[in-house]
Amino acid sequence: MARALVTGNHAAGYALSVAGEANRQARGCAAGAYPITPQTEIIEYLRSFAFTKGYIVPVESEHSAMGVCIGASLAGARAMTASSANGLAYMNENVFAAGYYRLPIIMIAVNRTLGPPWNIWVDQGDSLSLRDAAWMQFYTESHQDLVDTILVAFRVAEDHRVLLPALVALDGFVVSHTQMVVDLPEQQLVDRYLPPCHVPHQVSYEHPVTVGGLTWPRETEHHRIEVQRAMEQVPQVLSEATEEFVKVFGRRPHTALSCEYTEDAEVVLIACNTMVRTLRNVVKERRAKGEKIGLIKEKLFRPFPRAELRAALKNVKKVGVLDRNHSPGSGGIFWQEVTTSLQGHSDVLVQDYLVGLGGGDVTPAIINDIIDDLYRRKQAAEPVWKEVVA
Amino acid sequence: MSTAPTPTKEQLSDYCHNLLRPGNTNCAGCGMSMGLQWLDEALGEDRPTLVIPACCGIVTAGAFPTSAYGVPTVAATFASAPAVATGVSVVYRLNNEDRPTVCWTGDGGTYDIGVATLSAAAERNEDMIYVCYDNEIYGNTGGQRSSATPEGVVTSTTEKGKAERKKDMMAIMAGHRIPYAATLSLAHREDFLRKVRRARSLRGFKFFLILSPCPTGWKSEAEDSVDLIRLAVRSGLFPVYEVFGGVRYRVNVQPDGTPVEEYMKRQRRYTKGKTDAAVLRRFIEDQWHYLNGMVRAFPAGPND
Repeated sequence: MARALVTGNHAAGYALSVAGEANRQARGCAAGAYPITPQTEIIEYLRSFAFTKGYIVPVESEHSAMGVCIGASLAGARAMTASSANGLAYMNENVFAAGYYRLPIIMIAVNRTLGPPWNIWVDQGDSLSLRDAAWMQFYTESHQDLVDTILVAFRVAEDHRVLLPALVALDGFVVSHTQMVVDLPEQQLVDRYLPPCHVPHQVSYEHPVTVGGLTWPRETEHHRIEVQRAMEQVPQVLSEATEEFVKVFGRRPHTALSCEYTEDAEVVLIACNTMVRTLRNVVKERRAKGEKIGLIKEKLFRPFPRAELRAALKNVKKVGVLDRNHSPGSGGIFWQEVTTSLQGHSDVLVQDYLVGLGGGDVTPAIINDIIDDLYRRKQAAEPVWKEVVA
Repeated sequence: MSTAPTPTKEQLSDYCHNLLRPGNTNCAGCGMSMGLQWLDEALGEDRPTLVIPACCGIVTAGAFPTSAYGVPTVAATFASAPAVATGVSVVYRLNNEDRPTVCWTGDGGTYDIGVATLSAAAERNEDMIYVCYDNEIYGNTGGQRSSATPEGVVTSTTEKGKAERKKDMMAIMAGHRIPYAATLSLAHREDFLRKVRRARSLRGFKFFLILSPCPTGWKSEAEDSVDLIRLAVRSGLFPVYEVFGGVRYRVNVQPDGTPVEEYMKRQRRYTKGKTDAAVLRRFIEDQWHYLNGMVRAFPAGPND
């Protein structure tokens, strides 16, 4: 392992590049790349990497960036890109195309608030708006988590039991533009970890087919069911990919759902990305005071690990969900998933807290406030806005 | 009951090898059918990969699990064909596979929604042949105006005839200084085949514009399609020419002064709104003023 002090974007660019390079004995790698704050450093890294068999196309839009990835993947190459916020929104149509074409493309989403009004700081509303696009979604808390997840994501996405693209999210600026010491796996280890990419429905002259033509309702429904079945394979394939990761890299990456101090907890808070790190410190402090409190880090969002969540919350009395996103007219999107998971299985109190929207700091004080609120609460209410402290 | 003779096994095998197979969904008299068959003929055993955006061209394939296309074909989202084709073409190049990547797109995908994607792929000089079969309307959705619709034409969104002129896509593409851009006439087969083969011999971005009759949208008779293109060429409405490197011009077929009314009177898209022929005459005059000027000032050379 090469340990290096790098930014989150640098780490992501590195992981994407070595994964692409690892496919040089097969059909190589290709991507479309387009800049947007705060992910630009990632595509700069990709463009500067000396691939043996790879090329990064500097396109004119995010829509075309994903278009190039779709073409490259259908021609059998490993494909990857990165975007943020309005870039993801502009790309939207082709994100769905990549998902429903069952192409194992990996995209880094550096989370940024969707404008207007214009705001370059983090919230998860951008990538969560793509939750129905037939992509796996992973949310990462740190630089190392990011690197590990990208490599695992390639392995899971290209597994023929899954064959779905994956989005790996990280917090804009908080991770993308800060430096941390990271283990950046060497090329030969990544070569060992990632088998050659093979897209079974890639364009072929031996058996020419038309990819993406018309289907009648029955075939379309069948296709959707197939996508759902593929999603259902993810926990098992992810678990295998994680074990293989341990063997090759000698380190254990975070899994779909990380439970900390939950075994005897009466109150549990659920969060994703860097909020987890603050939350972890607060929970540790309050544990030290004898409070029965725990936390769950939600890493895998699609497919949503409902069974694991239910198991983790079996003996819990109250749950607080920290949502750094907002679905207008409803509430936090993680909260929606948590309540749906527990529906009919549990009468645990689940309260949603909308925090840090538009990039406001989610401080220990805010989290302590939320915990106190949860202790007092007799029943759940509508999502609560925890306003940014100026 | 059909009285068509049953094809022999050999014929069926040949049909399957065709780029465009029998049983496709194209309307009778669709210019695209001829265009695809001539593309097939020009490329021969040099089989292309087709990238087709959302348009009649992908409906042509018919419904899953069958396809009327006998070559690898990718359906792209409406604006994305040149981006998807870029991905395909790049991976072929990385793997030393010398295969033609062909974008087959309509005028909506070329002149309107896909113009930024097209412009970018041309600017990057991606190695592909881009063909626009221009029927001058959104045909697949029932015949709405596009920026390729000529002035005066009645469509379902221009009931009194379109007020604006047709966009000059060839000039836009020449402005990208791509290796080769040419118009293809469905009434001039040898010229068509020669140009496609010429394009195949060149690396980089090649652009073709086909005026493609749509009997359904043009409100014309299917059997008139080729005649209509001949009239469009002779009257000067559809110039047959080629541009090398974006700066060297050659006209391949000179108009012969055939009145444009001959072309107009066989299409209800013109007759319905009683479009004044003077509108088209002015368009033809301006078009040739520009084109002849370019040919005089920047003629193609002996090596073009």
